Amino acid sequence: MYAPTSAVVTLKPTASTARPAIKVNQANVIYPAADQPVHALKDINLTIRQGEFVSFIGPSGCGKTTLLRAIADLEPITSGEVLVNDMTPSEARQAGAYGYVFQAPVLLPWRTVLMNVMLPLQIQGVPPERCDEIAREQLARVGLKGFEKKFPWQLSGGMQQRVSIARALGFEPKILMMDEPFGALDELTRDNLNQQLQQLWFNAQRTMVFVTHSISEAVYLSTKIVVMSPRPGRIVKVIDSPLPAQRTLDIRDTPAFLQLAAEVREALVEGHHDH
Amino acid sequence: MTINRRLQLHALPVGTVLLAAFILWYLLAFALNASGVIDRVLAPRGPWTSGDLIYASLNASRPLLPAPHQLMVDIWNSITGWPVTSPRTLLLHTWVTASAALTGFAMGVVLGVLLAICIVHSRTLDKALMPWIVASQTIPVLAIAPIVLIILGSVGITGLLPKATIAMYLCFFPVTIATVQGLRSPQKMEMELVYTYAARRLDTFWMVRLPSSLPYLFPAFRVAIASGLVGTMVAELPTGAQAGLGARLLTGSYYGNTLQIWSALVMASLLGLFLTGLVTLTERLVIRQRKGA
Repeated sequence: MYAPTSAVVTLKPTASTARPAIKVNQANVIYPAADQPVHALKDINLTIRQGEFVSFIGPSGCGKTTLLRAIADLEPITSGEVLVNDMTPSEARQAGAYGYVFQAPVLLPWRTVLMNVMLPLQIQGVPPERCDEIAREQLARVGLKGFEKKFPWQLSGGMQQRVSIARALGFEPKILMMDEPFGALDELTRDNLNQQLQQLWFNAQRTMVFVTHSISEAVYLSTKIVVMSPRPGRIVKVIDSPLPAQRTLDIRDTPAFLQLAAEVREALVEGHHDH
Repeated sequence: MTINRRLQLHALPVGTVLLAAFILWYLLAFALNASGVIDRVLAPRGPWTSGDLIYASLNASRPLLPAPHQLMVDIWNSITGWPVTSPRTLLLHTWVTASAALTGFAMGVVLGVLLAICIVHSRTLDKALMPWIVASQTIPVLAIAPIVLIILGSVGITGLLPKATIAMYLCFFPVTIATVQGLRSPQKMEMELVYTYAARRLDTFWMVRLPSSLPYLFPAFRVAIASGLVGTMVAELPTGAQAGLGARLLTGSYYGNTLQIWSALVMASLLGLFLTGLVTLTERLVIRQRKGA
C-alpha cells in the first residue's frame, strides 16, 4: 500500500505524485446563533496526500480542531464536501480508515494499559489472542514495554498519551489524526514525544494530520503546514516544508528550520491583521 | 497500617459511640419503666429501696423500653433455645424475611437496570417512563402493600413472591435513577472515542457505559436493599403472615410483648447491616482495582 521506504527517503517529502488521502472542497461549518451565525470554517479547500505529515496551526478559534473533527466525522459540515480515501467521513469511520488521538489521553480507568490498547481491536472483533499480541507490539513501539499490567492512573501524563497513540495505531489505520495531543504536557516530555512521533511517521509513512498551536512543533513534524486564522475560520497559507524527511531535534537550530518557522509566524501574523 | 493504629482509628470511636448509646439506653429504660414498675411490682410488695427500683425497672417482664441486656438474653434464647425450624426461633423469621427481601432486591435490580437501559437509549422512553417511575414512589408502601397482596393472592400467588414484589417496588427506584445517571456518566470524549471506532451500541454499552456506571450502582444497591427490607416487613404486617420479622412485630404488639417487638427490631437492623455489608463486599470485589481515574 505504501511506497517502499527507500524510495520515500530519496523523494522530497512533499511528493505531489501520491494519491490524495483527504480532500476538502469548499467546506463550510456554520453554527446557528441567536444574533449572528458563527462561521467556524469558511470555504476550506485542502488536499492531503498519502504519506504526508500535515499540521493545522493557528490561534484559538481559527477552526483547526473543527476542521480535523469534520474530517473525522465528529462534526457535520454545513456545506461543501469532505472525502477521506474517496469516501465520506462517515464511511471512512465505519471502515476504520483513520485513528484519532484526542487532546486528553481518554484512557478507560477500569482497564489496564494493555486492555486500553486492545479496546478498538475488541470492538472490531479481532480474536482475543491476536488483540493481545497486537497491543503488546504497539506498546513496545511507543516505548511502554513492561507497563502492560499497569492502570492509567499509575502512569505519567506523557506515558498516558503514548498509550493513546499506541491504541490509535493498533488497527493499522492508514491515516492518523491528532488534536493537540501534547498540549497538556511539559516541554521536555513534549520534545521527547515529538521525536518519537517523527520516527513513527518516518518508519511507516502513514498520513498524519496534526493540530497544534506551537510553531516549532508544527515545523519540526510537518511536511506541510496549514496556517489558519479566526473569524471566520479559514486557511491563510499552505507551506510545504523543505526539510528532509528524517529529522532529529537538532534540526531546530538549523537556518532552514528557523527560516521556515519565521515564515509560519509571518503567515500567522498576516492572518491576524487580515480582517 | 499496624494493628495498633487501626484500633486507634476504628475501635476507639466506634466503641465510644457504642458505650454512649448503651448508657443513654439504660438511662432511658430506667426513666420510662420506673413508674410502671413501682405500680405493678414494687408497691404491692411493701417497702422498697432505690436499688430495688433500678433492678426492677431494668428487668421488668413487660417493659415500655427493654434494657439492652434483656434484649440480648431474649435474642440469645430465641436463637439457641429452639431448633432452626421451630416457629419460635428468631432465625427462622429472619431467614423468611431475608429470603423475600433478597428475592425482591434481585427483581428490583433487574427491573431498575432494564428501565434505565431503555431510558438511556431512547429519548421517547425517557420522556414516557420517567413520570410514571417518579409517581410510583409517591404512593406510600403501606397503602399499596395490601392491594398487591390481595391481587396476587386472588390469582393464587402467596408466600414469598407477593412480599418480594413489594420489596421490588421499593428497590427498583433508586436503582433506576442511579443507573440512568451512571450509564450517562461517560465523558463526551469517551463516547467520541468509541464512535471513531464505529462501535455498535451493544459494544458501547458493555465496554464503556456499563463499567462507567458501576460506581453509581453500588450506593444505589445499598439504599435499595435497605428499603427492600422495609418493604418486606411492611408486606408481612397486613396479611397476618405466619412467619417473618414483620409477623413477629405484629404478634408482639398483639400480646403487648415488648421484648419480642424489640428483639425483632434489633434482628431487622442486624439483617439490614448484614445485607448492606454484603453489597459493599461485592462492590469491593467488582471494582477493587479502580482508583484515581
